Amino acid sequence: MKRALALAALSGALFCTQALARDQISIVGSSTVYPFATVVAEQFGKTTPFKTPTIESTGSGGGLKLFCAGVGIKHPDITNASRRIKSSEVERCAKNGVEEIVEVKVGFDGIVLANSRKAPRANLSLRQVFLALAKQVPDPKGGDKLVPNPYKKWSDVDPSLPDIEIEVMGPPPTSGTRDAFVELAMEGGCKSFDFIEKMKQSKGKRYKAICHGVREDGAYIEAGENDNLIVQKLDANPDAFGIFGYSFLEQNANLVQGSLIDGTTPEFENISDQSYPVSRALYFYVKKAHVGTIPGLKEFLAEFTRDRAWGPDGYLADKGLIPLIDADRKQFAQDVKNLSDLML
Amino acid sequence: MNASSNPKPSPDGPRRVDVHTSQAMKLRLARRHAADRRFRAFGIAAIAIALIALLSLFISITSRGYTAFVQTRIALDITYDAEILGIGEEANAQDLAVADYRALIRKSMQALFPDVRERRERRDLLRIVSSGAEFELRAQLLEDPSLIGQTRRVWLTADDDVDMLIKGYIDRNAPETERRLGDRQIAWIEYLEEAERIDTFFNTTFFIAGDSREPELAGIRSAATGSLLTLLVTLLLSFPIGVATAVYLEEFAPTNKLTDLIEVNINNLAAVPSIIFGLLGLAVFINFFSLPRSAPLVGGLVLTLMTLPTIIIAGRAALKSVPPSIREAALGMGASKMQTVTHHVLPLALPGMLTGAVIGMAQALGESAPLLMIGMVAFIVDVPGGFFDPSTALPVQIFLWADSPERAFLERTSAAIMVLLAFLIAMNALAIVLRQRFEKRW
Repeated sequence: MKRALALAALSGALFCTQALARDQISIVGSSTVYPFATVVAEQFGKTTPFKTPTIESTGSGGGLKLFCAGVGIKHPDITNASRRIKSSEVERCAKNGVEEIVEVKVGFDGIVLANSRKAPRANLSLRQVFLALAKQVPDPKGGDKLVPNPYKKWSDVDPSLPDIEIEVMGPPPTSGTRDAFVELAMEGGCKSFDFIEKMKQSKGKRYKAICHGVREDGAYIEAGENDNLIVQKLDANPDAFGIFGYSFLEQNANLVQGSLIDGTTPEFENISDQSYPVSRALYFYVKKAHVGTIPGLKEFLAEFTRDRAWGPDGYLADKGLIPLIDADRKQFAQDVKNLSDLML
Repeated sequence: MNASSNPKPSPDGPRRVDVHTSQAMKLRLARRHAADRRFRAFGIAAIAIALIALLSLFISITSRGYTAFVQTRIALDITYDAEILGIGEEANAQDLAVADYRALIRKSMQALFPDVRERRERRDLLRIVSSGAEFELRAQLLEDPSLIGQTRRVWLTADDDVDMLIKGYIDRNAPETERRLGDRQIAWIEYLEEAERIDTFFNTTFFIAGDSREPELAGIRSAATGSLLTLLVTLLLSFPIGVATAVYLEEFAPTNKLTDLIEVNINNLAAVPSIIFGLLGLAVFINFFSLPRSAPLVGGLVLTLMTLPTIIIAGRAALKSVPPSIREAALGMGASKMQTVTHHVLPLALPGMLTGAVIGMAQALGESAPLLMIGMVAFIVDVPGGFFDPSTALPVQIFLWADSPERAFLERTSAAIMVLLAFLIAMNALAIVLRQRFEKRW
């Protein structure tokens, strides 16, 4: 009897949903964009008659997968990404009927290599970062041969660096921050070796394996996705370095300091004008077919691309987002207004 | 062995005395007693380790989290000036809702610090007050429109950085570059402190607000409501299904290969990692039945699958503990099989089943992994009003806050953990009470 009732309740519930429409914007995607998108969503919910959008933190790849699954209230309206959409993803979208996508570049996020304030600030080149963290490095004795990373101390990498063990805590391979760090910092240093640079054309796969391979002998410690944890560990261990996003550095400036990379400090201005080498652009993608059917979508886009949100003095900058330069912001705001299609 | 080869003469009977008082026996006895004491000491040590671990967990969470239950507020003299608000004399609710409340705060701040003139400095000054303060003023005015034209001293929520400073997490003497508050801002705060315009209050926001990206405005209500709705679905589905399954398997099912197979599978299901149930929920409930993502209904369905084995196993154990004589007596009096079960066996087994259900619910309350797959790991501000509204759950809220860069979220994470632990302890206590009060022993 009870079971029959429960089944009846369940099937009843299933039928109701068919009639339900969604009156709330649904956003998925990158955990790096999440802290910024949520601020806009909250502001939007407070200042407009629309409901506050829901934002899921699924990662860039997971978000694009959900986003491209189809058109309709079942599928999200916006996906955040800490990298640009790939052509394979655009094709996947098109196959499922998501043909018109609006791309919005939100701003930049710097990735910092930081250590405790109890230790002196480090000044590293991309090449040194690569040598310290890569799985395979060019033979220190010379020649175009690769050997498993022999460096145990920073001073082994370069005598000018401090005489402490290499110990770097960073995100695991599933993280977008790790992808970006590997692509920007490691590959940047890797390319500085001419013989490896030459491989890029002829042996692309091998090149990628060399430049993107992070050592697994304990010098690089996968510290999970929680950047707060890395900050706490750095505070406890002044000899260690950590890799995380700029906003965590800004919030914990009394505990940790960002190392100079190629002579540039990870500061607001340097990331904004792209002189700091380890920074990446953040994006979000909008399903054009949903504009007009989901209430408030257009207004949400307007809120996001307003200067009081993403401008240099906006509330997103206060949360650690590095804004685009004025011309780019104007361009993207215009694109959003006209709902211009994505062009790869 | 030594004793027999070394006999000692004795008046009472040589062999007995020999066995019980010999030197070797004394040694053996001492060894056995020592082993006994050692065994007990190991047991006590094991308990001590568990207690220390538990205690250090509680202490570290409480010491970090208790400050989140108070919130710094700043007193400002607010004049509800219709002109500054940008509304006419005859303002209706619609006008009041969109009026410029930030301007009221700006004006009041200017009156308090008349020498702050430069634009950038003024903005820094305004940042001392939370960005949510204007909505507090709006709520006040919407509630009582007659305030227009009057001046009141209002305690407004302070920004999270100010809160951290007042609570002592930011070192005032550190160089300016190492903290989020500038020297001038700290000077202003110190002035406010002297004027007794800054104080800490019980943090009601934490309990009545939904999630927010501003730590001082964030609360657990939407997550707690989401957990409640999810658990309600779980309880309504898993308890009847679990009890029915347990009763059938224990009382009615014939013993054959098929029931054996079912039994083995139920026991296996209890050991399946919870994330698998999340994947199943995504495939079945969302993709196939097209239920909405992030809905408590789907969360409840997934957690039902997860808690069912626990409830079935506990239910069967409870049924097994009812003595067969009760069944035989009922059958002997002419009761049918169903009457025997519903009138006699089930009421006696119910306390045990309820205990199992409560423990299953406590398990479900603390679960976050399966909810990840079905979209409940999300930023939800609005308090969910029904089973289809997007919602999140308490453990998920803790996970999301733990990942936020703002320092003030650290203490709020711990505070949310304390709330979750309180719920879990309450549920387990309920299970114990149920067992103590209603369980019959034979």
